Amino acid sequence: MAGIPHDRYEPKSGMERWLHRRLPIVSLLYDTLMIPTPRNLNWMWIWGIVLTFCLVHQIVTGIVLAMHYTPHADMAFASIEHIMRNVNSGWALRYLHTNGASLFFLAAYFHLFRGLYYGSYKEPREITWIIGMLIYVLMMATAFMGYVLPWGQMSFWAATVISGLFGAIPGIGDTIQTWLLGGPAVDNATLNRFFSLHYLLPFVIAGLVVVHIWAFHTTGNNNPTGVEVRRTSRAEVDRDTVPFWPYFVIKDLFALAVILTVFFAIIGFMPNYFGHPDNYIEANPLATPEHIVPEWYFLPFYAILRAFTSDVWIVQLTSFITGGIIGAKFFGVIAMFGSIFVMILVPWLDTSYVRSGRYRPMFKWWFALLVLDFIVLTWAGSRPAEGIYAIIALAGAAYWFIFFLIVLPILGVLEKPLKQPKTIEEDFRAHYPAVKDTATLSR
Amino acid sequence: MSEANQVEGTRRDFIYYATASTGAIAGGAAVWPLIDQMNPSADVQALSSIDVDVSGIDPGTQLTVKWLGKPVFIRRRTQTEIDSARGISMEDLVDTLARNGNIDREAIALDENRSLDESGEWLVMVGVCSHLGCVPLGDEAGEFGGWFCPCHGSHYDTSGRIRKGPAPENLEVPKAAFIDESTIRLG
Repeated sequence: MAGIPHDRYEPKSGMERWLHRRLPIVSLLYDTLMIPTPRNLNWMWIWGIVLTFCLVHQIVTGIVLAMHYTPHADMAFASIEHIMRNVNSGWALRYLHTNGASLFFLAAYFHLFRGLYYGSYKEPREITWIIGMLIYVLMMATAFMGYVLPWGQMSFWAATVISGLFGAIPGIGDTIQTWLLGGPAVDNATLNRFFSLHYLLPFVIAGLVVVHIWAFHTTGNNNPTGVEVRRTSRAEVDRDTVPFWPYFVIKDLFALAVILTVFFAIIGFMPNYFGHPDNYIEANPLATPEHIVPEWYFLPFYAILRAFTSDVWIVQLTSFITGGIIGAKFFGVIAMFGSIFVMILVPWLDTSYVRSGRYRPMFKWWFALLVLDFIVLTWAGSRPAEGIYAIIALAGAAYWFIFFLIVLPILGVLEKPLKQPKTIEEDFRAHYPAVKDTATLSR
Repeated sequence: MSEANQVEGTRRDFIYYATASTGAIAGGAAVWPLIDQMNPSADVQALSSIDVDVSGIDPGTQLTVKWLGKPVFIRRRTQTEIDSARGISMEDLVDTLARNGNIDREAIALDENRSLDESGEWLVMVGVCSHLGCVPLGDEAGEFGGWFCPCHGSHYDTSGRIRKGPAPENLEVPKAAFIDESTIRLG
């Protein structure tokens, strides 16, 4: 790929030359697979493969589930039970698909925080980062609509609450909400369109994944040091990198195998652990469950949504300035979308020229606090929004914005970075002094 | 002299703009049905009026019916509830608008402006919390003896007015009327 010299595909046999002249597809696959990859990548670089696996897994199990599911308000719930009881291996397919969503988000969060810590969003990888965030937003939309399909109580009320977010937009909110739902309330029209979009969006995600990979294959991978691969000569490239195949593919597949062992244990022994019992009650528009909570992967943002009530000074100030147009309800919605939007802007909010958090002594601690904050918000989102929980959620939500909007821009100015290694090779040798022979380092 | 340097519009400029405008209009016309199909369909819009038999409702109980996909609470209040609703000062209210579809919506939120009849025995409301659309629990629930939304903890009083919690507005009073002694028409 651009910039980094490496092995290129050479068609050898007559057949290969024949195809290559007409469609250089083998060349495309070969060059993609043989991409020079920094040899110092650590275990946090395995999540890309896990995520790719998750996407394929969700699409495959989803397509077969759609062969047995009925997207109608009167029949959806029963068709899920039909899948669970009658369809051959139906229970397994459904549990794989529902828990697959959890694995997908778990991997996405590790991947995202990896990128934040090692500065993978920084110049020249901003586009890779933004495409990744777009994928994340689409994942949330897809997962949300998929959760509505079983037409249980949680499904129905999640759809009601989330579409209510759009209803909070001043002026045009009601019109937009009615348009999204296809009626005055969540009903059959809503279920039908959610099914259609739940089937469509994963393929849009797949397209964006190709663009995501294309982007970082153009810039080259980031790595734990944040130092760029030397590109001046082939020999230097060989000392900094090894080809993706077979070196990292094997490593990543090993990690995937370990993760899938745990995943299948969950499918086998505790398939409903991440679910809610209320979703085994059919949707009832006349009764709301006692305690509505989204799936665990939405909890941090749900906590932020609920945190800004009308007694918080910033909400009162905003309401005063806008003459009441932005009240507590709309403020919460803005805060929730804003908490994702600040992540999209992070390439420009972070002013430090040092990529990797490894060489940023102050950033390290603020980042650790952000990870803790994310976990606390997840927990707070699962609690009722009252008393001490509301205060914790508000503090957590405040830190989320403080980190991105205040800490990151200021740190770049205040912080004195540690000394970075000059090359990836230097970092690699410091970690693996046993590998002395340069012959093993350069193929 | 090349065309780019000519000040007045050429025939080619005209064709260019005409084609672009036609394309934009045709594109918009083609996209509109794709957007509009998501709006409520004719059968959904048709269900806009229903009659409810309320002869079986005793004082202190409520009936919940589904109207336009939403629950509607029809409550026959006890004298205690009525007194409680009418004895409240406007200063204690979060939302001071009556939100009653039968009268001026901007009227103040006196219980008299929300109940269906003069005596205040009948209270009809859309059972959708003004926060994020959950259905509040009835039968003297919450701190004010009216309704309580379990989703995010909004408390409504015996007149369905928001008193505490994140919800910004009082429960909506729909267009409703007695068409005979025991039947209420919604819509």
